[in-house]
Amino acid sequence: MQSWRESPGVVVVLLAPAVLWLLLFFLIPLGFIWVISFGERAGPVAIDITWTLANYRDAIDPLYLGLFTRSLRIAAISTVIALVIAFPVAFAITFASPRLKPILLLLVILPFFTNMLIRTYAMIAVLRRNGYVNFSLEQLWEAGAFALQPFGLAGMLGERFVPLDLLYNNTAVVFGIVYVYLPFMVLPLYASLERLDRSLLEASLDLGASQFRTFFFVTVPLAVPGIVSGIMLVFIPAMGTFLISDLLGGPSSQLIGNVIERQFKAANNWPLGAAMSFLLLYLTFVLLVLRAWFEKRDRGRG
Amino acid sequence: MRPPIVSIDGVTKRFGETAAVDQVSIDIQANEFFALLGPSGCGKTTLLRMLAGFETPNEGRILIDGDDMTRVPPNRRPVNMVFQSYAVFPHMTVEANVAYGLKVEGIGGAELRRRVDEALAMVRLENFRARKPDQLSGGQRQRVALARALIKRPKVLLLDEPLSALDKKLREQMQLELVRLQHEVGITFVMVTHDQEEALSMANRIAVMDHGRVLQIADPRTLYEHPTHRFVAEFIGTVNSLDVEVRSVDGPHARIRHPLLGEITVERAAPDVERGVVVARPEKLRLDFSAPPVDGEILLDAVVEQIAYYGDLSFVFVRCPDGTALQISRYNVNRQDKGDPAAGSLCRVGIHPDDLLLVGTG
Repeated sequence: MQSWRESPGVVVVLLAPAVLWLLLFFLIPLGFIWVISFGERAGPVAIDITWTLANYRDAIDPLYLGLFTRSLRIAAISTVIALVIAFPVAFAITFASPRLKPILLLLVILPFFTNMLIRTYAMIAVLRRNGYVNFSLEQLWEAGAFALQPFGLAGMLGERFVPLDLLYNNTAVVFGIVYVYLPFMVLPLYASLERLDRSLLEASLDLGASQFRTFFFVTVPLAVPGIVSGIMLVFIPAMGTFLISDLLGGPSSQLIGNVIERQFKAANNWPLGAAMSFLLLYLTFVLLVLRAWFEKRDRGRG
Repeated sequence: MRPPIVSIDGVTKRFGETAAVDQVSIDIQANEFFALLGPSGCGKTTLLRMLAGFETPNEGRILIDGDDMTRVPPNRRPVNMVFQSYAVFPHMTVEANVAYGLKVEGIGGAELRRRVDEALAMVRLENFRARKPDQLSGGQRQRVALARALIKRPKVLLLDEPLSALDKKLREQMQLELVRLQHEVGITFVMVTHDQEEALSMANRIAVMDHGRVLQIADPRTLYEHPTHRFVAEFIGTVNSLDVEVRSVDGPHARIRHPLLGEITVERAAPDVERGVVVARPEKLRLDFSAPPVDGEILLDAVVEQIAYYGDLSFVFVRCPDGTALQISRYNVNRQDKGDPAAGSLCRVGIHPDDLLLVGTG
């Protein structure tokens, strides 16, 4: 039974399909893009590879850097919100009864059963001026106005209900990112809380700590690997998103992802788009190195 | 007598239909080293967790130093626990682990330093204060757990199978260490264990539990020599149990009949024992006849079936003509000893009625 593990050939055979797939359809195309990022446009489709750095110089133009910082800010805000929402959820699932646990986990991953484009469009239906958030608010307004009428205070709520502009701004983009990527935060948090030895929490209580103190001094520090993974899994795709900002954002919600998309499509400037993509990719590498460093430190703790 | 430091009063804890702890009442005196002993699933850990506050009884009360603690949360009880897994915080140094319980109380500065030094010295970990738990051995981790609990100066220290994760040599060493610590700090220790030798050698008093009930509470010697239940006799040490017919009872004695022993008078374990089995410890039976026979001894013919040699002592398994199996232990007291009888040889077993005890089977 054990012998096949010792044979190196088995590992090669098992990994071959995935490695081949990644090589042919990920690494090699990525290499093309990398090469293109050093090229110049020579016609509608032709690109000369001249190993110029002009595209990178263009990519760090102040205009794009401004978009880049906005993307950074929106991704960071979305990630923090997702973390704050996901932690209690993950905590609740961890401590749910064994019967309830799989159902709750299923609810977390259920949105994946629907295409992301459709889910994002659905958000438009929710947030638009005559969407159901505004519809509900209007009902509340009418009920409030009706209730205040006998007191002659109906005017207090204004002449008529003004729908809120919930769509086509940065808040809507943040909302969309949190909504779409929340499961990526919940699942790693859940995985690390699930591994947590319950007796550590009991020991903290036993030593006189409050539930509050136990949470911040024992639970959170021990969930750091999950927190870091969750942040990576939300922050990195949020940095590159263009669909959510395209559908839910307004003219001032353009993110770096939208710019890159436009270079490849409307602007037909592949070299610039490629250079921008790679700058984003390098940032991701830095984050991954940071995570590896965190993991190494945590392994040191046992 | 002083009021008990821990008073468990008719406590029942049910998980669904089954009662994990069933109508248990125990009083534990201050400065006692008390052991809750029983097989796994007997309810001993649940009882300990109710003392710590991690479980709430369905019925009954728990008083600690006279105060009703039945529904008080664990962080407001004057007790601390050493967990089976030790539950040492992996993200904190030894020092931070030990200091945790005092920092929670708002103690800091010089007093914190002094008490942490004191606690680390007590468990001999002064040179390990900056280490992380994963750089410690199992025994050292346990000392951290002990120091972390004792630094709080609890009224009662609860120990959940404290030695089960250690290897044999270290376990024996820690047994002595724990008893020494208990004398030194003068705190009541309540220990849960499934290991009868551990309980006998460490505790002043032991409660033997089975199926959620307490069968007997006594000091180690009484438990061993005067068990009241067949379960207690068989769980603690090794015992020969013989089904007998009780002819009559009279105060502390009973007249019994057994095909091998005939009709004899033996001691009764408790006044309510009117039927049951007669038990005899293997070392109370005699196989060596170098010493002169004792007055009143009953001699039985038997065949040696098997011998288990442990070095310091041997267990000899014999069978009597009527099929009754007995085991006899004999100490290998000197090196010139001729040794154990060979398997298959005939022998005689000496039993004295004074060494027999009638115990209940309930």
